[in-house]
Amino acid sequence: MKRLLGIAIAIAALIVLLYGAEDLPPWADPGQPASLHVSPRYIERAVGETGVPNMVTAVLTDYRGYDTLFETAVIFTAGIAVLMLLRRPIL
Amino acid sequence: MIREHEDVIIQTVCRIFIPFMQVYGLYVLAHGHGSPGGGFQGGCIFAASFILMSIVYDLNEVKRRFTEKLSVFFFSLGVFIFAGMGWLCLFLGGNFLDYGVLSKILPVDPVMARYYGIAAIEVGIQITVMAVMVSIFLDLLTGGLHEKDAEEGHVRGNTQ
Amino acid sequence: MLEVILSKYNYWIFSILLVVGLYGMMAKNNLMKKLIGMNIFQWAIILFFISIGAKRGATVPIITGTHGHDTHTIVARAAEYVNPLPHALMLTAIVVGIATTGIALALLVAIYKRYNTIEEDEIIEALKK
Repeated sequence: MKRLLGIAIAIAALIVLLYGAEDLPPWADPGQPASLHVSPRYIERAVGETGVPNMVTAVLTDYRGYDTLFETAVIFTAGIAVLMLLRRPIL
Repeated sequence: MIREHEDVIIQTVCRIFIPFMQVYGLYVLAHGHGSPGGGFQGGCIFAASFILMSIVYDLNEVKRRFTEKLSVFFFSLGVFIFAGMGWLCLFLGGNFLDYGVLSKILPVDPVMARYYGIAAIEVGIQITVMAVMVSIFLDLLTGGLHEKDAEEGHVRGNTQ
Repeated sequence: MLEVILSKYNYWIFSILLVVGLYGMMAKNNLMKKLIGMNIFQWAIILFFISIGAKRGATVPIITGTHGHDTHTIVARAAEYVNPLPHALMLTAIVVGIATTGIALALLVAIYKRYNTIEEDEIIEALKK
């Protein structure tokens, strides 16, 4: 019973997702909106402003440095949480 | 997965292999500027060498080295280095995490000051990621026995 | 119709992967299988996001021929390099996924210690008593 309900909901979700995929831009299109607004500025000025040839590292640690700082805090929290769950006596 | 008897071939191969894995992890960290890599990738490779050591050799020995105090020290050291660079830039007069003002204390121009700032925070990221990966693996593997139980040689995975 | 499938086949692949993960989360009884379903769901989203950054005829987002000191003379045109922004954002997402999976596995070990089972219906029966 659970399995049939699961399959039905999954197929309904698949149909909704594929119907929504009609409006998305085609695969590897150079003119899609994801590549147009701030991304050309990052590509053209990454080496000139930061001196790092790897654009992904420059975006990750310099242009978007706040995200990386809090994501390091997230993985720190995960380490502390596993330590507290398992190394202390439970219940 | 953790067996009591020792396998000569696997132990000999891993004895040669583990230092190369660690040097490779540091290489990926250091060349994060010119080729794909950086802090996260280097940290995972470095942690994989410790995980291999705990699978092939004695688990209790590795668990005795990575005590709770040492693990928590390494977690916070990485975050402290990253946030410390941000605070340093704030004290020198710029914005938080604005590495261009590091040219006041280093004898380089602002573009190269950003380069060195990025290199420093990648080290901090690698230390935290490496310590967290090893700590989560060891905790899940032994079910979180305390260190004194580990010293007595009683590991949960072997007695079930 | 064939044109729609062929030009956007990446969305079809990632939608199917997402639905497989969704089915695993809903219809399985074992808590470990539900966790793996959640992991598959998450990876489908990460791969979809990375596939948005592709560009036809473009190369890896690393500028060759310079290292450090002569960076003022480099001219990089935006149409020649793959979009680096989804790669940077998804690195953060991958690490958050690792953190979530690690904590969920630790919770499973704690549940097993307490109830001695990881099947969902047995735990619900033990909770009702």
